[in-house]
Amino acid sequence: MPHDGPDHDHDHRDHTEPPSDVALRVKSLESLLIEKGLVDPATLDALVDRYEHHVGPQNGKKVVARAWTDPDYRQWLQDDANAAIGDFGFKGRQGEHMVCVENGPKAHNLVVCTLCSCYPWTVLGLPPVWYKSAPYRSRAVADPRGVLAEFGTVLDPDVEIRVWDSTSEMRYLVIPERPAGTEGWTAEQLERLVTRNSMIGVEKAKAPADLAKDAAE
Amino acid sequence: MNGAHDLGGMQGLGPINPEPETAEPVFHADWERKVFSLTLATALLGRWNIDMGRYSRERQHPVTYLSNTYYENWLAGTETLLKESGLVTAEELAAGKPLTPPTAPDTIRVPGPEQALNAVKAGGPADLDVPVEPRFAVGDAVRVRNFHPQGHTRAPRYTRGRVGVVQRLHGVHIYPDTHTPEVTEGHPLYSVRFEGDELWGPDGDARSAVYADLWEPYLEPA
Repeated sequence: MPHDGPDHDHDHRDHTEPPSDVALRVKSLESLLIEKGLVDPATLDALVDRYEHHVGPQNGKKVVARAWTDPDYRQWLQDDANAAIGDFGFKGRQGEHMVCVENGPKAHNLVVCTLCSCYPWTVLGLPPVWYKSAPYRSRAVADPRGVLAEFGTVLDPDVEIRVWDSTSEMRYLVIPERPAGTEGWTAEQLERLVTRNSMIGVEKAKAPADLAKDAAE
Repeated sequence: MNGAHDLGGMQGLGPINPEPETAEPVFHADWERKVFSLTLATALLGRWNIDMGRYSRERQHPVTYLSNTYYENWLAGTETLLKESGLVTAEELAAGKPLTPPTAPDTIRVPGPEQALNAVKAGGPADLDVPVEPRFAVGDAVRVRNFHPQGHTRAPRYTRGRVGVVQRLHGVHIYPDTHTPEVTEGHPLYSVRFEGDELWGPDGDARSAVYADLWEPYLEPA
């Protein structure tokens, strides 16, 4: 798997068989804590289940699609993102203080956490490996245009890039630009154009033509 | 602290190489699921907070921090906090089994699945409803102080000594630098915008800006 360090290209030790040293160390810690009565195994399973299956970018996609189709909702996101996102029931840990930033023709927003891995769990779930990686965290603030290019996102040179370094408990959600050629689409149709990466700001939302390409693959 | 976690502006760390979005699983190995859930579940015991959790990972040796995968850093931090809080001993961690009698059930409340899910669904807001008069207003130019604390801080090194403009006041938030189970200090939290060339000089992108959330004690008038 990609590695949170300088040599992640060749590191696959997380998949090694038989169990790697770290897997054994984790197993040992888990047994110790269960035997000491400090954790309930059912609690561990419930937490994993929630963040692996029930909270993820599917939540954020609903927020974005509604913002694209409902001007009042879009304004509500700007005025009180917590309440507007909470309207879907998306609330909780790592999403207590939400801010929505809108991409437009003159400004593009990008989210990072240089110090750690802060990310809006309530709308995007747990962050991808690259978001937590040293290369992304180091470069997003100093070379945002280069970082975007690495994701295949090339902006007009006079588009301002606003990088949001999540240094506090505020959590940032990017509202990407609504793609052209989607006039009259319903929110449900538009959700298919919203990607996780577009809500972090490293990519734009998909174009309608991309859906046809996806279907062909 | 000026640890390896404070990565903004560091160079030479290589390409990002993102996994394709549609192909990336939430967890890449079963032990990652365990580290994630053990870290959350033990945090719910209330012996430490999110700021202490972050500091436990940040104060590893820089070589270790940068060599570890993400969840290895979580594992190391959780082990450190369990030891420092006295919930387990180093000998028990090494042995993988209890060497002292289990903690009496009346001294610690271990959340069951429903309680734990309720806790993460409720979250832990960091804002405080206390009457503090903010020193700065939107539009004020501020300079991040030149300071280098040994403990946990949220003032990234790349902002220190740099001048930005206050964009927004987020209210009074818990001050991470001093936060313990016994101490909760609140200070105004500001969104401050720094121009790319102010942060990075001629090597920066003048058509970019960085917004950081900074607490009032980090800032001085510019």
